[in-house]
Amino acid sequence: MSTRVKNGLATTGTWILVLAFFFPVFWMVLNGFKPESVASSVNPQLFFTPSTEGYQLAMDRGMVGYLQNSLTAALISTIIAVVLAIPAAYALSIRTAKNPQNTLSFFISTRFMPLAAIVLPLFMIFKTIDLLDNIYMLALVYAAMNLPVTVWMMRSFFLEVPYEIIEAARVDGVGLGREIFRIALPLVLPGVAAAALISFIFAWNEYFLALILTSSAARTTPPFLGSFVDGRGQFLAVLSAAATIAALPVIIAGWVAQKQLVRGLSMGAIK
Amino acid sequence: MTTTTDNTRQPTELDEVEAKTAFDKKRIKRRQLWTNRGLMLPAVIFLIVMTQIPFLTTIGYSLTEWNLLYPQDRQFAGFDNYTSALTSGDLWPSILATVQITAFSVVLAVLFGLLFAVLLDRQFRGRAVARTLMITPFLIMPAAAALIWKYSMFDTQIGMVNWFLRTLGLPIISWSTEHPMATVVIVLTWQFTPFMMLILLAGLQGQDKGILEAAMVDGAGPWRTFTWITLPHLRMYIEIGVLLGSVIILQVFDPIAILTKGTGGTKTLAYLLYERAFIGLDIGQAAAYGVVTVILTIIVATIALKSVFKVFMAGGSR
Repeated sequence: MSTRVKNGLATTGTWILVLAFFFPVFWMVLNGFKPESVASSVNPQLFFTPSTEGYQLAMDRGMVGYLQNSLTAALISTIIAVVLAIPAAYALSIRTAKNPQNTLSFFISTRFMPLAAIVLPLFMIFKTIDLLDNIYMLALVYAAMNLPVTVWMMRSFFLEVPYEIIEAARVDGVGLGREIFRIALPLVLPGVAAAALISFIFAWNEYFLALILTSSAARTTPPFLGSFVDGRGQFLAVLSAAATIAALPVIIAGWVAQKQLVRGLSMGAIK
Repeated sequence: MTTTTDNTRQPTELDEVEAKTAFDKKRIKRRQLWTNRGLMLPAVIFLIVMTQIPFLTTIGYSLTEWNLLYPQDRQFAGFDNYTSALTSGDLWPSILATVQITAFSVVLAVLFGLLFAVLLDRQFRGRAVARTLMITPFLIMPAAAALIWKYSMFDTQIGMVNWFLRTLGLPIISWSTEHPMATVVIVLTWQFTPFMMLILLAGLQGQDKGILEAAMVDGAGPWRTFTWITLPHLRMYIEIGVLLGSVIILQVFDPIAILTKGTGGTKTLAYLLYERAFIGLDIGQAAAYGVVTVILTIIVATIALKSVFKVFMAGGSR
């Protein structure tokens, strides 16, 4: 067999596998645009008259409110995590902290702590101070959940800043605030964006804490989707439409930030 | 440092300046240390308040008898919650379910991730698009993914998997009741394959192509090159993938809550805790499960780093 044929076969095989793997997503998007009777039909249909019925029904169920809550929680938690992470990561990379390993492993062990280990006291405390079902409290918990990843990731970017630049700034008598925010930070802005994105993705997709710490006013999208499980009758089109809307922001964000994704997922270990 | 002084020489002005800067340096260093602590402090304090203190409180809860149905009737119970967890027959199946789901999903995701990483490491038309499509299952909201699989893939009426089986003339399968474990593992594998693929792809792309060419010139076939050179090179990446994957999947809750509700041997610790605390309202008992989850995570993370890879890599490191 010639190399060309072999290559062609390998490419075809790759595409078949990739498309098979992607199929559930494709099918979800397609079902979202089907009229309910078509989506829930026993015979799957590839061709149909598109309809926005599913999307309309999802909106009727108050999806906008859940999306707003998700957005609030994700945005606020991301901002808190990034603001707290910048100075910490800076101290752990460019400035030579004493025993940075200790602090770094503190951060990593917090990241690895199961949410199950902290959710009960949070629930009881929020309940006592009457802040259950409060979106800002959920955002605060998400910020804590994402802070370790953010610190580790930003540190890996700060480590790439040439030390000469910082030294030159110090010789010029630049203060600490300027050193961090005017000199170093602009050099790692892509890193900040990537860290913020990872943090946003985790917060947007989180289900366990949202289910427990919110009930109605602050309910986010994942538990709303989860409530479809108890549905009766035909609901595949509305379900697919709702799932598509819920997944879309993160899918787009992830596609845009593909290059930084590995680094974020591996907490900066892999570049 | 600034310490090359000649004893015979009289101290000059320059030496004085040097001595002063040395002293200043020490002072600056000490000051820097405090500034560093100051920079890290907000993040550290925030984490202590939000995670360490709640964790200690969880341990405290786990030592009390405390049911929200009788909130006044709260008392110290010692290790009662732990012994009753062991004897009631809930804990062991749950630990088993958690470990099984994690182990199956991580191993399968690494294998599929490796396959796709190797396939996508080649140059071919539309590679960037293929890569973009491949990472999507990891980005999709886990709750949405579980729902999509439950209804549009696994459903006995409208699920595409069963449609496929029917078309082939095979009997249809009620996935979440007949094969609950497989159902959960399939969905998790689907979600985590891109995660492993991305990590392994980074590893493949960081490989020295010169060594691979040299191996080819020396007459090593593609398979031998792969097992003897590429796999050992990927070891670190596989380790990172397995460690992070295990730690995340050990906490798994979403697909359980949506696909099986913990039936058929899929009641993971996170789901058991949820059930005990928010359906059974038994805070003390649930807290004990939370503590067990932490212990299990520590054990699995340690084992994952140490022994699994020896077996996995035995073929590659001869």
